[in-house]
Amino acid sequence: MLLSKLREALICVQAGRVTLPYPYAPHDPPPGFRGKLALDADRCIGCGGCAAVCPSGVILIRDDKPMVRTLHFALARCTYCGRCSDVCPEGALSHTLQFETATNTIDDLVMTIDVFMGPCQRCGRCFPPPTAMDQLPIRGFRMDSECCRVGADMPAPDAAATWAAAHSAPPGGVRTLTP
Amino acid sequence: MFKELCRKAFTRSLWVYHANAGACNGCDIEVIDVLTPYYDAERFGIRLVGSPRHADVILLSGPVTRQAAPALKRLLDAVPDPKLVVAVGSCAAGGGSWFDTYATTGGANETIHVDYFIPGCPPRPEAILYALAVAMGLVPKKAAPEHWQQETLEELAAGITHLKRA
Repeated sequence: MLLSKLREALICVQAGRVTLPYPYAPHDPPPGFRGKLALDADRCIGCGGCAAVCPSGVILIRDDKPMVRTLHFALARCTYCGRCSDVCPEGALSHTLQFETATNTIDDLVMTIDVFMGPCQRCGRCFPPPTAMDQLPIRGFRMDSECCRVGADMPAPDAAATWAAAHSAPPGGVRTLTP
Repeated sequence: MFKELCRKAFTRSLWVYHANAGACNGCDIEVIDVLTPYYDAERFGIRLVGSPRHADVILLSGPVTRQAAPALKRLLDAVPDPKLVVAVGSCAAGGGSWFDTYATTGGANETIHVDYFIPGCPPRPEAILYALAVAMGLVPKKAAPEHWQQETLEELAAGITHLKRA
């Protein structure tokens, strides 16, 4: 009984101090950690791909002023999924290692950028440069559709017809589950 | 005055009640992590208590669901003043992926007053520890609103730059 307690004490002494000194000393996350979003304002073209894929609807795009498109990031509900940085055709969005985002006002978790856009000469609306729009399907604009991923096997044009022919009911018979 | 009272009353020891208002359990696991010897929140006097009547701080996780919202209000009434509400995770901080669904109220801020927000899905245990350290005044707050502006053609022609270039 006493011996087992002593053995336990010995194990505790051998383990030494395990507690992190964290709030007083920095404790960086491992590389590849997805922390607070960082935006390279020089690179953003205002295409809105990030807003299209964001599952939390963090990014709001407004065309209030002529020639300026405003991207509004409400980072309080950002889930750090990394889709926006994956989809960004210019690499303007990236995740930093910063996780110390706790704050007492929700206004601190707001990021805005005014992007200078080329407006249409006829309707006056902003549009991203066509070359960048052309890049979007190549770089995986919708990451959740298999066929749009880079390197994925693109279905042949007649794949749907082949599938339909293979799975259609035999002529004149009743379709059953077992062939 | 309330702020001053909070500062005096809360710098000693925070007793924490952990409330789940519809969370997926991810944030709850991280809250438990904070109490392990590795992160050891107890060295700041932080203790998990079993009743809101004993608590100073409510650690709230989950996008407050419509079912949980009335219960959460009653829970807050049971906590003696002065009290802090810390929203753990993106769901509690702003609704997360469920910010506009029919079943949730879109974040704890819509139902009750929240004092500290910890975004993350789930937040790291360090992030929760950091928020509590900010609440106790041990470390400075780092989050700040950010704004960038790209130059228009006229400004570029005039040689004006808004962007900080590294």
